[in-house]
Amino acid sequence: MKKVKNYNWALVLPIYAFTILFVLIPLIYIVVLSLLRKDILWGVTNEFTLQNYRKMFDPVYLRTFADSLGLAFGTTVITVLMGYPFGYFMAKLAPKRRAFVMLLVVVPFWTNALVRIYGWMIILRAKGVLNHLLMSLGLIDTPLKILYTYGAVLLGMVYSLLPFMILPVYTSVEKMDWSLVEAARDLGANAAQAFLTVTLKLTLPGVLSGFVLVFVPSIGLFFISDLLGGGKIMLVGNLIKNQLMQARDWPFGAALSVVMMIMTFAIIFLYRKLTHSSDLEEFF
Amino acid sequence: MVENILELKDITKSFGQTQVLRGISLSIQKGEFITFLGSSGCGKTTTLRIIAGLESPDSGSVLLGGEDVTAVQPNKRDVNTIFQNYALFPHMNVYQNIAYSLKLRHVPKDEIKRRVGDMLELVQLPGYERRMPIELSGGQRQRVAIARAVINNPSVLLLDEPLGALDLQLRRQMQQELKKLQKRLGITFIYITHDQEEAINMSDRIVVMNEGRFEQIGTPGEIYDHPKTSFVARFIGTANIFSGQVKRIEGGLAEIETPDGLCCAAAGDYALREGQRVAFSVRSENMLVAKEPVEHFDLPAAVSENSYVGGMLRIAFTPRAGEPIVSSKHGIHANIGLGERVNLYWKPENAVFVDMQEADA
Repeated sequence: MKKVKNYNWALVLPIYAFTILFVLIPLIYIVVLSLLRKDILWGVTNEFTLQNYRKMFDPVYLRTFADSLGLAFGTTVITVLMGYPFGYFMAKLAPKRRAFVMLLVVVPFWTNALVRIYGWMIILRAKGVLNHLLMSLGLIDTPLKILYTYGAVLLGMVYSLLPFMILPVYTSVEKMDWSLVEAARDLGANAAQAFLTVTLKLTLPGVLSGFVLVFVPSIGLFFISDLLGGGKIMLVGNLIKNQLMQARDWPFGAALSVVMMIMTFAIIFLYRKLTHSSDLEEFF
Repeated sequence: MVENILELKDITKSFGQTQVLRGISLSIQKGEFITFLGSSGCGKTTTLRIIAGLESPDSGSVLLGGEDVTAVQPNKRDVNTIFQNYALFPHMNVYQNIAYSLKLRHVPKDEIKRRVGDMLELVQLPGYERRMPIELSGGQRQRVAIARAVINNPSVLLLDEPLGALDLQLRRQMQQELKKLQKRLGITFIYITHDQEEAINMSDRIVVMNEGRFEQIGTPGEIYDHPKTSFVARFIGTANIFSGQVKRIEGGLAEIETPDGLCCAAAGDYALREGQRVAFSVRSENMLVAKEPVEHFDLPAAVSENSYVGGMLRIAFTPRAGEPIVSSKHGIHANIGLGERVNLYWKPENAVFVDMQEADA
């Protein structure tokens, strides 16, 4: 019998080519760049150094990392508190209503994220929609300062990343076998006990997915703190952007990027260890 | 005095436009093995869920040990359930699954350990404490589900088609074990199945359900030998249902004119009148065949089919009116060939009147 030649590899080739060209090579470029010394004015010298990494231990930069992680953590906690009940009840809706609510969750993605944040600026600014509303209701006399505060940045983060918590929670609740909750009730658990010992435990992978999907991007979303924080709130993302665009210290920006990547990988690694799964991919 | 452990009083339940239960009432005694038998969609699972408290009836009441529990939450009812898919908690091992209800009740740790050990002994799974449900076979999961449900000594155990997912051999074995377990624990079992053989093998009483109603409640013998309705007669075993008009009553025998011809049935306790329209059932194993004419009968038919079903020879006949009549025999009756014309008859006492109005009795 004649052997049939298999050309399947040819179908995968473009993906490999794309990944190597646009992911692997830039990645190597960044790592190499982060190890080079900055030239006095612009660009780099051919000299290898760890100086860029050492620089991060400056209290100013450590503070930036701490602020970033703090904000990311706060954002994640709030999205869990809002997103879990949302995803939970959404999964329990009748199919028709569920489709409608799902539409509401994803509709914002049809508009550019930057434009949506500008929208928030219009709402939050001193003479904006929110202050106007509060004043006409007689709740306040003078406009509140909402825009360009930490709260505004947190709001923007939660607003932008909430769907990434809702969707994985929804998926895991939707997969729930409700007869397990009935079994728990039957065996003597009240509604709260059944939720805590069965539903929550079994939907925890969804919460963890959401945690990663919210926590990781919230370290790097620089434009939200730029626009809603008025540049006063410095996050790692902003720092990197500034090093590359304004300070022209490419090696330091690259080193910061490498550290951020390592942090991200660490979180994903932890997630995999905790859940023994790789079903995070379906959301990326 | 016999104690009624569970009483259902005139329960109705609808889901949307569909009426699932149309007013069912039943008293169950302590220690009884009672089976709800019916095809899917007859309302048997809904009845079970109402007893467990997982569903609430639209009207009617549930009494447990004489106490009205209709509005009581499932966790406050002295009832446990073995679910159709076992519903073992996938994130807990065998020990944690079985210990679940005791932990909720804050039973001391060493007592939990002892009782779980006893339960594993009872269901013949000692040493399986640390296995996860996913690592168990179907039969083993079944046993864990049993242990988890009976560890609290509920007064009533509800079993929703617990053997449905097992293969035939394991089913038979588990039937025996469940029956033994029930005798040993003295717990009232309410068992759901659509398998008539299972119902007959295991139950003290069978409740035959059809379209949200109880068709008949009785011992397996009563249900089999004296079906009250044509539905019950058809559902259990293979029955031939005839309907016709009483032509003559003489010496306790009624001659009945049917579209297939003249038949005969023992009147029994029924006060039949000449000219009355009646229906009766004759089990396939009671259907007899003769080549010569038989007294009180005139039921000619042609052999249309000959086949073996479950160790029995099944012969189908085409009578005058066309609706096939079935007879089943042990062994091989090679003397009846396809197409042969014969006369059918039965012992008059083997014809059981069905669908009679209560007033006729």
